[in-house]
Amino acid sequence: MIEIENLSKWYGDFQVLTDCSTKVAKGEVVVVCGPSGSGKSTLIKCVNGLEPAQKGSILVDGTEVTARGADLTKLRARIGMVFQHFELYPHMTVRENLCLAQQKVLDRSRDEAVAKAETLLNRVGLTQHIDKHPGALSGGQQQRVAISRALAMDPIAMLFDEPTSALDPEMINEVLDVMVELASDGMTMMVVTHEMGFARKVADRVVFMDAGAIVEDRPTEQFFSAPESDRAKDFLSKILNH
Amino acid sequence: MDYNWNWGVLFTDPYLDWLVMGVQWTFAVALTAWVLALIVGILVGVGRTLPSRPIAFICTAYVELFRNVPLLVQMFLWYFVMPELVPDDMGRWIKRDMPNPEYVTAVIALGLYTASRVAEQVRAGISAVGQGLTNASYANGFSVAQTYRYILLPISFRLIVPPMTSEFLTIFKNSSLALTIGLLELTAQSQQIAEYTFNGFEAYTAATVIYVCIALLATIIMQVAERYTRIPGYMGSR
Repeated sequence: MIEIENLSKWYGDFQVLTDCSTKVAKGEVVVVCGPSGSGKSTLIKCVNGLEPAQKGSILVDGTEVTARGADLTKLRARIGMVFQHFELYPHMTVRENLCLAQQKVLDRSRDEAVAKAETLLNRVGLTQHIDKHPGALSGGQQQRVAISRALAMDPIAMLFDEPTSALDPEMINEVLDVMVELASDGMTMMVVTHEMGFARKVADRVVFMDAGAIVEDRPTEQFFSAPESDRAKDFLSKILNH
Repeated sequence: MDYNWNWGVLFTDPYLDWLVMGVQWTFAVALTAWVLALIVGILVGVGRTLPSRPIAFICTAYVELFRNVPLLVQMFLWYFVMPELVPDDMGRWIKRDMPNPEYVTAVIALGLYTASRVAEQVRAGISAVGQGLTNASYANGFSVAQTYRYILLPISFRLIVPPMTSEFLTIFKNSSLALTIGLLELTAQSQQIAEYTFNGFEAYTAATVIYVCIALLATIIMQVAERYTRIPGYMGSR
């Protein structure tokens, strides 16, 4: 589904990604973790072309993202993305946040779009907030709306860019629960996160990054029980002791 | 001081008519120029934020040119120099046959100058919306045009209502410069009344009061607009 091959990216002279290669198969959940500044978010933003890469290639469901003249708009409509800071459209109600792209990008009828929005909001327990603006919701609620907005497009895969990093601790679980459910429904997911409990529970593989390179890319159990690199050992010892 | 106060002069024939006509021309110039400024300013402001480098460069050049040349100089350039630069036939038409040449010239000069200032507000508004929302919109499947149409412009227009109020007030005040090319707007009419009647204090007081009233009216209108356009729970709004 997602194939990243020898991807390198520079900001000016500074190399942020070095020769990154990994794969996410259909139905697979891959967690990307690593210390801050290691290039996790940049990598995931390259997958749907929000960040251009200078070398290497990314193939998403047969579409070459890095190719010149690639139809990114069409591709992005089929890949859901959830951001650290939710990024809901602040001038629209929750209903419009979920309906706009369905109607304008997928050409669905108003009734169809609203029905879809209601179903999804019901699933994340936010039906009663459908007429509110995002500013009136808590962080956890906003992130659940953001996930629903992405799902409303019936995506073939979902990208999560630190979906719980901006949340109060008590709201993290309500968002993770939605993601766990999504994973068990068989959604293809690539998740940048520091939530190691989540990774352990649902990830098929863990990709560990440091300084712009992929240091480890292994099945979840192996990664947690016997990390190969010193860098990953060090990272895990710091993050798991809490 | 030996000054003959006579407030009544403002209400006598023909001076009252002159004032009224002056106010009408002031409104005509300011409002038409405002429409021109909004159209050009929005296009140029959006252009400066587009990914296309040539378009962004042209729009930046426009802003720097029109914002940095004094308005009075621009007024003179449009009125005295421009007709000499265009093809002969057109220049002759502008000088001889164009209806209301002072009005048209004042609107163009004031409108295009104010457009450069509006463009800056629009650009600032769009960048205040931020890369995060822009990315979210692209990730949601919207094209560049749709992102501007549904996300960036609706939000940024709401954000810039307060600074646009001050541009709107400024265009009324700046319209007084049109007197230098012979348009009999409010300031010019006051000057004329002062010259005819030697009641300069009264004439210019009238102009002052009228300008203040226009400003207050404009402020109130924009405040109402602000109340109806603000986004609940977003960036300093309630």
